[in-house]
Amino acid sequence: MKILTLTINDVSHSKAVPPTMTLLDFLRDEVGLTGTKNGCDSGECGCCTVMVGGKPMLSCLMLALDAEGHEVTTIEGIAKGNDLHPVQEAMVEKGAIQCGYCTPAMVINGVHLLDNNDSPTDDEVKECISATVCRCTGYNSIERAIHSAAEKMREKQHG
Amino acid sequence: MVDLTKGYPDKGYKIIGKPVPLMDSRAKVMGQALYTDDIRLHNPLTIKILRSPHASANILSVDVSEALALKGVKGVLTGADFKNTFGVLTISKDEPALARDVVRYEGEPVAAVAAETAEIAARALDLIKVDYALTDGVFDSRKALKPTEHPLHPELGRKNNLHKKVVQEFGDMAQGFEAADVVVEKRFRFASINHAFTEPHATQVEIDNKGNITVYSATQVPHYLHMAMAEVLEIPEHRIRIIKPHLGGGFGGKSDPFPHEMIAAKFALDLGRNVKLKFSREEVFFSHHGRHQTDLTMKLGFSKDKGITALGLDTLIDGGAYGSFGIVTTYYNGVLLQGPYKVPNFRFHVERLYTNKPMCGAMRGHGGVNPRFASEVLLDMACAETGLDPAETRLKMIHKENTLTTNEYRVTSVGLRNGLTEAIRRTNWHDKHDKLPFGKGIGVACGFFISGSALPIHWNKLPASTVRITIDHDGGVTVFSGATDIGQGSDTMLAQMAAEVLGQPLENVKVISADTRTTPVDLGSYSSRVTFMAGNASRNAAIRMRRLLVQAACELMEMIPPKYDRPEPPEDFFRQGGRKPDFEKGFLGANPDYTDGFIFEDGLIRSEKHNASVTFLEAVEKALEQEGILQVSGTYRAPKMGGKFKGSGAGLSPSYSFTAFIVEVTVDPETGFIKVDKATCAHDCGFPLNPLAVNGQIEGCIHMGLGQALMEEMIYDNGATQNPSFLEYKIPSAFEQPEVDIVPTYSDDSEGPFGAKEAGEGILAPIIPAIANAVYDAVGIRLTQLPMRPDRVVAALEREQKGGAKA
Ligand code: FES
Ligand code: FES
Repeated sequence: MKILTLTINDVSHSKAVPPTMTLLDFLRDEVGLTGTKNGCDSGECGCCTVMVGGKPMLSCLMLALDAEGHEVTTIEGIAKGNDLHPVQEAMVEKGAIQCGYCTPAMVINGVHLLDNNDSPTDDEVKECISATVCRCTGYNSIERAIHSAAEKMREKQHG
Repeated sequence: MVDLTKGYPDKGYKIIGKPVPLMDSRAKVMGQALYTDDIRLHNPLTIKILRSPHASANILSVDVSEALALKGVKGVLTGADFKNTFGVLTISKDEPALARDVVRYEGEPVAAVAAETAEIAARALDLIKVDYALTDGVFDSRKALKPTEHPLHPELGRKNNLHKKVVQEFGDMAQGFEAADVVVEKRFRFASINHAFTEPHATQVEIDNKGNITVYSATQVPHYLHMAMAEVLEIPEHRIRIIKPHLGGGFGGKSDPFPHEMIAAKFALDLGRNVKLKFSREEVFFSHHGRHQTDLTMKLGFSKDKGITALGLDTLIDGGAYGSFGIVTTYYNGVLLQGPYKVPNFRFHVERLYTNKPMCGAMRGHGGVNPRFASEVLLDMACAETGLDPAETRLKMIHKENTLTTNEYRVTSVGLRNGLTEAIRRTNWHDKHDKLPFGKGIGVACGFFISGSALPIHWNKLPASTVRITIDHDGGVTVFSGATDIGQGSDTMLAQMAAEVLGQPLENVKVISADTRTTPVDLGSYSSRVTFMAGNASRNAAIRMRRLLVQAACELMEMIPPKYDRPEPPEDFFRQGGRKPDFEKGFLGANPDYTDGFIFEDGLIRSEKHNASVTFLEAVEKALEQEGILQVSGTYRAPKMGGKFKGSGAGLSPSYSFTAFIVEVTVDPETGFIKVDKATCAHDCGFPLNPLAVNGQIEGCIHMGLGQALMEEMIYDNGATQNPSFLEYKIPSAFEQPEVDIVPTYSDDSEGPFGAKEAGEGILAPIIPAIANAVYDAVGIRLTQLPMRPDRVVAALEREQKGGAKA
């Protein structure tokens, strides 16, 4: 057991964890943030994607202890209170959510892309979601949502 | 903004027909929606399952003593702990919760451990000693037909591994083929495929101090699970409460009661502790229940003027180790060919075999997908041979409204002709088909599907669906339904029904669903039954509620309440007399308008005639005076229908959906790689209740169809699953998904709720043959084996070049 101190969604958590514990298990079982999903536990599905140090990471493939020193953002940390992030808003509006199991990861993917690129091309959008499996939507509506969020964010920025 | 209602008639509805985001979207997009594994019970034990490493073996002994002795282990179960077997169909309850004496597939549950932590449970599994004596397995449906002394299921008393055989014949096949201008015949083969939902199976069980259990489970069929569990655990149903939390995709893969659900409940009861269990992705593939591996030979007779003259098929489907929905699948492999075109002479022969592989069951498009591929490819060949245009030919052949199929299905609404006509126009079909450069192609295919099965799978006289609606003193409406939202949005659909009828904003309607303690029985989410059946039940309940409120409003306004010339729904909603539909008279339908001279809007109930009104709330208060609660129920049952022959109930549905796809592809002859560039879809789902949700179903079906067409296959080696992971079982990514164009297509179904029919499954089947037909248009090869892998394309092209285009 080691004491891990981790800032997750701006809140600092200190817990004793076994060295083998994944970040995913830490988030879900130790901190109780169950918004991040476990679709395979072995790096295949992408449903466990969270932001570590500003980058999307598969939390099932990362040891909790390895996240030490990095800010972690999960789906619970994306909205500001009741205000959805434009990507979240667009996902709702565009019907990009069916069963919703991939949704937290898709949001993280989209937010990260738009943080770094305010006018992504079709291929860039596809690329950013391609590591996450969605079995329900066929991805079309998720792509539409990310494009539409980009547009909204651009409008906001440029007045 | 694209207007998703464009192209559909405006019927003056306020909520029906509008694109509304699914009502749980916000919770899902914020990570707040709780799926089964997200629930935190007090101090639960963790369950792990020991699975057989062999596909076929006798269990000589199971020694659990060391596992039980491990500190932290609270219990171990083996096959000896369960007396009753189970299955979703009453006629094939052949599956044990834990294997007893024999294992029939690799991955079959043999023992289970409940321990204080997951680590201890995992360690305990290693300590269980199972002594197996390997036996000869059967891994191929053809071999399963051969006589054997040791069939997988000796209880059937057969001398081979046949599970179910169905042969039906209508008309005169010989005459039908005689009347044909061309007869085409081919053998087709299909790999088994997996649902690949993203949420692995999970179950948690909570037990109270009286020994009653609440089962949280990722299931599409809470009601069937309830019944099966009571039987397996040998306790009354009232001691069990099944709740389906948010569900991460089903597609048919969570529509059976499962062994792990029985195991979890048994541990909770035996140990008096809360328990939890979740599958690894590998376990999902082991447990499978996917689309059957299929080997079918089909023969089609076609006449230039008359269309299809005869259709015959011989099919073997590989069921794997247990029954699941297999008997239904066996029928569906034949009967679902009775549309979208008239087939005057029709014969099918389908056999489902048991093999030592993970079982197959229901998967989106259940049983209809593979034969649809064959028939649509053969039809394309027939058109090519007779020089007819395959799109225009199909257009002419689509069922007319209000017809009876050869096997006596009652086809009522058909909206596909307009949709396909528009798809032909939009895609510039006539400029492209047979005219594109080598490597580019365009193809068409059609399909049809049931909107729920008219008959229940457990015979009973209860309604197929019942919905309860209550209104609180503050006017809040709650819809209680056993229907199972599996991500398709059925909760939203139920709320739309009530909101529209009661003139309430959607936010004022809450839905409580899929909880066997609080919600009335609905049979579950399978066979595309929910919109039609639970939707009608919700609408009927809302109409009853409306009448109570109108009554109360009239009392307040001192008016004589309207006389309804019809009794309350649903009693007279169908002409129940006789099985033969009277198309002349038409159907009263479950879709009567509820105009009563009152308008419910803006929080008011207004009499049109007297120009007087009371508030909705005043009426609610008045209506509450008598009983103190305001509650009604509404039901749906399918009208009597169907032929009088054995098996006539299979595929019988109160209505059918129709679909057409035109698909454009690029085929690289060097690599054999097929790229689907564009899919244009026309799907007649009656009147679309929520175009946003319908379009989502279309795009999702394209994804799944594309997967089966191009890349997905379960690979087995002597029964051993070779690709139990998403890395090895590839599903299409955003890069493979084509551009999608959805042609607004509709009909007004006289019995569907607000005219609606199914939109979740029928869409899937025709995209696959449309791709194959486009590949033919592109490079001149007929692919008869799925998936259409690049190596198969290259091999077929080589054969074609050598002159013998025999695929
Ligand atoms: S759970 Fe991490 S990739 Fe699937
Ligand atoms: S919405 Fe179901 S997996 Fe994406």
